[in-house]
Amino acid sequence: MLARLFRGGTREIFDFPGGIHPPEHKSESNTTPILPGPLPSQLILPLNMHIGAPARPLVQVGDKVLKGQHLAEGNGAVSAPVHAPTSGTVVAIGPRPIQHPSGMDAPCLVLEPDGEDRWGDRAPLDDPFALSPGELLERIAEAGIVGLGGAGFPTSVKVSLGDHQRVRELIVNGVECEPFITADDRLMRERAADIVQGIQVLQYLLNPERTLLGIEDNKPEAAAALRAAAVGADIDVRVVPTKYPSGGEKQLIQLLTGKEVGSGGLPIQVGVVCQNVGTAYALKRALFDGEPLISRITTVTGDAVARPGNYEVLLGTPVAELLQHAGVDKTRLQRLVLGGPMMGFTLHNPAIPLVKTSNCLIAASTDLLPEPEPEQACIRCGACADACPASLLPQQLYWYAKNDDLERAQQQNLMDCIECGACAYVCPSHIPLVQYYRYAKGEIRIQAAERAKADRARERFEARQARVEKEQAEKEARRRARQQANRAPAAAGDNAAALKQASLDASKAYKAAVKAAKEAENRGDPDLTRYQAEVEKRKTAADQAKAAVRDAGKAAPPSTDTHPKAEADLKKQVADASAAYKNALREAKAALAEEREDAATLQSRAETLKAEADRLKAALRDARAGQPASAPTAAPDPVEALKKAVAEASSAYKAAVKATKEAEQNEADDAARLRAEADRLKAKADELKQQLRDAKAAAPATPKAAPSPAAAAAPTTTEPAGAGGQASASDEEAAKQQKRLNALKTAYKMAHKQYKEAHSALDRARRDGAVDLAAMEARVEKLKSKADHTRDALDALMDETKASLLAHTGKDLKTLKLDAARAETALRDKSDELKRLRDTADEDTLKRLTSELGTLEHDAHLARRALKQALEEHGLTEE
Amino acid sequence: MALINASSPHTRGPVDTGMVMRQVIYATLPGLAILTLLFGIGTLLNVVWAILVAVLCEAAMLRARGRPIALYLRDGSAVVTAVLLALALPPTAPWWLTFIGVAFAIIVAKQLYGGLGMNPFNPAMVGYVLLLISFPVAMTNWVGGAPYRTPDVLESVFQFLGHGALDGLSGATPLDTFRTFAGNADALDRMIVLHGRWAGLGWEWVNLAFLLGGLYLLFRRVIGWHIPLAFLAGLALPALIAWQIDPLRYADPLFHLFSGGTMLGAFFIATDPVSAATSSRGRLIYGALIGILIWVIRTYGGYPDAVAFSVLLLNLAAPFIDYYTRPRTYGHERAKRGAGS
Repeated sequence: MLARLFRGGTREIFDFPGGIHPPEHKSESNTTPILPGPLPSQLILPLNMHIGAPARPLVQVGDKVLKGQHLAEGNGAVSAPVHAPTSGTVVAIGPRPIQHPSGMDAPCLVLEPDGEDRWGDRAPLDDPFALSPGELLERIAEAGIVGLGGAGFPTSVKVSLGDHQRVRELIVNGVECEPFITADDRLMRERAADIVQGIQVLQYLLNPERTLLGIEDNKPEAAAALRAAAVGADIDVRVVPTKYPSGGEKQLIQLLTGKEVGSGGLPIQVGVVCQNVGTAYALKRALFDGEPLISRITTVTGDAVARPGNYEVLLGTPVAELLQHAGVDKTRLQRLVLGGPMMGFTLHNPAIPLVKTSNCLIAASTDLLPEPEPEQACIRCGACADACPASLLPQQLYWYAKNDDLERAQQQNLMDCIECGACAYVCPSHIPLVQYYRYAKGEIRIQAAERAKADRARERFEARQARVEKEQAEKEARRRARQQANRAPAAAGDNAAALKQASLDASKAYKAAVKAAKEAENRGDPDLTRYQAEVEKRKTAADQAKAAVRDAGKAAPPSTDTHPKAEADLKKQVADASAAYKNALREAKAALAEEREDAATLQSRAETLKAEADRLKAALRDARAGQPASAPTAAPDPVEALKKAVAEASSAYKAAVKATKEAEQNEADDAARLRAEADRLKAKADELKQQLRDAKAAAPATPKAAPSPAAAAAPTTTEPAGAGGQASASDEEAAKQQKRLNALKTAYKMAHKQYKEAHSALDRARRDGAVDLAAMEARVEKLKSKADHTRDALDALMDETKASLLAHTGKDLKTLKLDAARAETALRDKSDELKRLRDTADEDTLKRLTSELGTLEHDAHLARRALKQALEEHGLTEE
Repeated sequence: MALINASSPHTRGPVDTGMVMRQVIYATLPGLAILTLLFGIGTLLNVVWAILVAVLCEAAMLRARGRPIALYLRDGSAVVTAVLLALALPPTAPWWLTFIGVAFAIIVAKQLYGGLGMNPFNPAMVGYVLLLISFPVAMTNWVGGAPYRTPDVLESVFQFLGHGALDGLSGATPLDTFRTFAGNADALDRMIVLHGRWAGLGWEWVNLAFLLGGLYLLFRRVIGWHIPLAFLAGLALPALIAWQIDPLRYADPLFHLFSGGTMLGAFFIATDPVSAATSSRGRLIYGALIGILIWVIRTYGGYPDAVAFSVLLLNLAAPFIDYYTRPRTYGHERAKRGAGS
């Protein structure tokens, strides 16, 4: 009845479904005026008392600060600054336990009050409406004002509208529907005029078509006070029936306008902005009085405090000190709730501070708030569905949440649950329904996050695959091009003669083999088949050699391709001839050992084969000699490449330093990572610089052409002295070459890594939906071309090194390896022979054999060393 | 300070499952009193006996299933099942009939499905139907033959102990009688059992008593109005139409509303939340369909009453009804309903 009186004639009040009427417990705390809170020994100010990014500290430990002074500034678009609630000294900046359901720590400023409560500069405005909305918004942001009703969303963000947004209704929330809480009630009763002034500021900023102030009918004094204060102002004070949760933003909008905010949407989408009366009051204080948000009204109630009531507490006041101030009886205190009994959460650490959103503190014994009773079976009574203000089916959600059927739970609109607790309140089976929903929501969020992560990883992987493949293809293309370029100058003409010779030799070998086979046949050799196989082999070799000659003849003038083929054929022939010789030799040896008649014949055949093999080898050498090394001048100057790399590295380092500084200023999480990155880049740059110095030192020697062929043959000669002397001559050159090679390798690796990093950064930015990618793309391209360039230089240098090795020794690496292997074989054969003849041969023969063995040993040693040197000095690795 | 760490909300409403069940039992008392007055103490004996059997069966099953016995017994659901089944049985039911029905209801229809909240069918009605099909004679043997006479205590005890039906005491219910002689005006006129105020001798008093109990439950908000109202409307409306067409062949709506197990079914049986539909709209459909089905079976079926069959059939349909009657969630354009959602 009272409600109807207040509602008045034409003023419409809608209804929302569900809702409950729990015992109000308001009278415990709303009968006394607002009292000042305590001046605690320490104020703990979390940097994140709001929704959004934590504030960035502006003070240091030991700083003396005045009341109202900026201690930390807002950081980013959605953030809010922190001010000193009183004058004093900053004694610590670090993690402290804060208001969080999991009781986790968060960075806080700790202020020790000096008791003087001295204000710093205040800039009250006589007429805030003289300022532009933009300037006002700035002042509101600077004053650290956030929504004081619940979540603590920065007010300046909430009231800055997009271009297309129009506000039809500004709704001011004075409902305060949760039991026990009376902070807004007392505020409205005692400071209604201030609230109206704050609302006028909101009206100025939002320009709404109408302003509705909702207030529950259990607060007639507050409604009367507001009505009186709102005379002349365009504010429609509307009394709504007491029902929990009519103070929920969505429910209040529905109550006053009949509109529903779309699922997952914001009120502004239906032309509504909601603000709490406390926020309006804070706006008044900030603009008209120049006082930033440094205190708030907090209800202290419950049967464990002697003086329940509303206290104007300084932000950062520890809960324990406020409880002390209100006369807590610790023996009775069994449940400590921050917030209301329906949606607040229990505290187990009274050291945590009160923040901008702390509206109520309930210190209760189990008489007032009993321990939760054991959960019983759901009897599907549907009381929860009747109580749900969002028209959900809580009992169904409960089944799904309990069975981890998250998909079905989502299908039943679990995410639209506002966690008001009405369902759990009415449940006759004492099922903690909200707890189940929170769990299921958490699981859904985790799964969504994991899915997103997996998607990102897959995208990243695919992008990387694509990049690697592209790089491989490009590398291969470059390699081909280089080969072509290298081959071009290798004239095929010189080879023709060698090839012809090789062909002749092969034919001869073939004929000899045929002869040998015939002889073997004549004498009835049991190994006839082997001879025949030998003949076949020879024939094939001869044919190939002939074909090679033919090919070379055809393609000779313009061709660049026949040469390697001819060389390969020759190589094969050499190998085959060597093998044939070895076979023949083994047979001859066997025949000798068995003192067969044909031993002499076999011996002679072996000799013939050996001669052939040698001839082929010579032909191969000749053919190779005709193939000049790649032109070293074609390769880009490694010093230049290095210079470029150094420049790039330096600029990358500088950019990283800049980013780090920015990140540090912003208190961004990744500042440390960026710093590390910068350090790493610096080290790289230094290293590159060092390499550049080295390369420069080596540079003058670079253009030097290959030394004389005479010297080149030296390392494989049997004279150790000669080899040593030559080594000293080429050592210096080789060392320089090696240094350059290493420098280039490092430069390439780094350039490639930079490119890769830039590329993945670009990918990340793309995924995050960054708008301005052009600069990043350009940078990636630049880095890529740099890496390619370095790679070209490196490849060229590798080729050059190989060529110079060939020029130095007259042999390429493979030949050296072959030489070494051959020497080893000869040595082994000789030692076998010595062993065999030790008992039978005469002393002279043995002496001769021993000396031969010594020579062979020496040869093998030299060959080994030559190979090893070549490998080491030139840093060549087979790719 | 050892502070309680608990999830919100930190305060709970006063309603408690055990309390709900107790309210239901209190609400049956007027009906039980009238039944005892009219038909002797047979019903009372059966109610007490059924409670005893139900509690023992429940405890044994809870023990077998490894559940805390005291906690689950405290919810009182077994007692409610026992009372409702015993009220539905004829006052002449012998002890073994009650025993079989209650034991089956608790052990099979309730506990084997997973206990309270998990049973798809109303356990009391499952027990009732088992008995009706297995022992049709004993189940349709109501006190109240002609001439009408209330058995005394000794007779009731003998009945309960299973010493045969007593001559002159047992007979058919008005519903049964009407169905037998429907269309025959003379016969209907002669049947004394039909000459009660509205619904046959004595039965209107039984149903009025259950209506009173049901209104109490409504008043205490133990049950919602949707199911009983839809139930009664669903029964009365077809009855009214048919009666208008042919009053001789079809009984009038008041007769349907106040005879047999109508009020017991509407307020106590169909409102069993576990096996009923859950949304408000679903409950309207659920209740109405039960009412219509009762009228159909009473009029055309082979059994005299139909509350148990109708309730069980609609229990079967309840999940389906729920599926298509989900409410529209706040902020959503339309409700997610049916297979398409």
